[in-house]
Amino acid sequence: MAKYLLLKHYRGAPSPVNDVPMDRWTPEEVSAHMQYMHDFAARLVTTGELVDSQALSPGGTFVRYDGEGRPPVTDGPFAETKDLIAGWMVIDVDSYPRALELAGELSAAPGAGGRPIHEWLELRPFMGVSPTVTE
Amino acid sequence: MTSELDEALLRGLAPGVLGILVRRGADFAAAEDAVQDALVEAVRVWPTDGRPRDPKGWLVTVAWRRFLDATRADTARRRREDRVDEEPAPGPAPGLDDTLQLYFLCAHPSLTPSSAVALTLRAVGGLTTRQIARAYLVPEATMAQRISRAKRTVSGARLDRPGDVATVLRVLYLVFNEGYSGDVDLAAEAIRLTRQLAAAIDHPEVAGLLALMLLHHARRAARTTPDGSLVPLAEQDRGRWDTRAIAEGVEILQAALARDRLGSFQAQAAIAALHADAPTAEETDWVQIVEWYDELVRLTDSPIVRLNRAVAVGEADGPRAGLAALAALDAALPRHTAVAAYLHEREGDRATAARLYAEAARQAPTLAEREHLTRQAARLNQGLDAR
Repeated sequence: MAKYLLLKHYRGAPSPVNDVPMDRWTPEEVSAHMQYMHDFAARLVTTGELVDSQALSPGGTFVRYDGEGRPPVTDGPFAETKDLIAGWMVIDVDSYPRALELAGELSAAPGAGGRPIHEWLELRPFMGVSPTVTE
Repeated sequence: MTSELDEALLRGLAPGVLGILVRRGADFAAAEDAVQDALVEAVRVWPTDGRPRDPKGWLVTVAWRRFLDATRADTARRRREDRVDEEPAPGPAPGLDDTLQLYFLCAHPSLTPSSAVALTLRAVGGLTTRQIARAYLVPEATMAQRISRAKRTVSGARLDRPGDVATVLRVLYLVFNEGYSGDVDLAAEAIRLTRQLAAAIDHPEVAGLLALMLLHHARRAARTTPDGSLVPLAEQDRGRWDTRAIAEGVEILQAALARDRLGSFQAQAAIAALHADAPTAEETDWVQIVEWYDELVRLTDSPIVRLNRAVAVGEADGPRAGLAALAALDAALPRHTAVAAYLHEREGDRATAARLYAEAARQAPTLAEREHLTRQAARLNQGLDAR
């Protein structure tokens, strides 16, 4: 088994094929999209492949240490930041091809006109633990 | 497995048993561990041995034995280590109801809100660390640490005086608002604990909070669709509201209000009762609701209350009055944009409403709210495009 992170971006991924902002869909199309996402996650629970799924607010702040006894420095959000994560799903699957297959399915979520969005998702393997037996 | 009846009984007895151990002189942290052990033991042996005739006495005996065993082992270890034999700390003076003391201790002002919530659920609610961890979606080890740190923090606190009821109510309200996730229904648990508190102390705000919880909980089935989408109050199927819970909430509220010691929970419950009382959304008594919001503003001076008041004003006196009330508030308030969108649509400005709904969706604090607001924007944009 290997764990993979499926990243969804607000910004930073290449444009999807069916690129219409959500508030320009019909309410039914919005509902159908949400239903697809719920069903997808629910199915991965039944197959025993879902680890976690979370969404993030678009607003964020950069923070860094500013020396002993001083409060941390905060900055941002930066409008020019190219990459903005919208959410993630962690899956635990048997193979890389299976991870690709699931990412492809998630990217097919319906959008405007009920057609798949073809959204670009980022697939990142977790760093694993060293196997006990290496020889 | 124990029956549900046994489990409910056990969890109801837990705080009293813990109170007795503490009164006998056990230190709080050790006593709490001993009671958890006794609860686990009951779950193990009751199904085969049968429920004892005096369940509370049984739990006290088992918990006390566990406490003594643990203390002896601890003392022996300490003797070996430092040759110091400490006397156990004197117990608090008896008098105040054991359960009530526990509520105050678990909501002690020295605790952070998340620690107070966790400790209350375990020590007063009798939930296991695993159940609490699951309910709050954190690893069990994290929750175990949070609880043991909280116990250490309050271990030195004296239990001989009643604390501030308001701190206990804040903790119970936090539990209630967490709602439902995992296998523990936190809203129902908060109601149970508030009911238990109301039985232990005669206080109109405790009654007010219990009424508020019951009235909100009564609407739960109607609040979301099966796929998790939010259903706004005006569109809810009122036939799915729990009329028994509403009747109980209203009765508790009326008795509390009759005592003429108004507080914010009673005022919020009064607003919830007026909604519950309306057979249809159109028949809602918005004028009275605005009056209750005026009371709430006076009691709390909270900007969130003022925002909700602006919505009520929009219903009572028309959207223009609502927008005027809204204009006086800080636009950075959470849900300010969503309220503005709603009032603009009511006023007939659909283009502005659509733009604001889309903006509100981007700021939404929960996925369910984001989906709801996006659907509102989509609905209006569709109408605009069709023209």
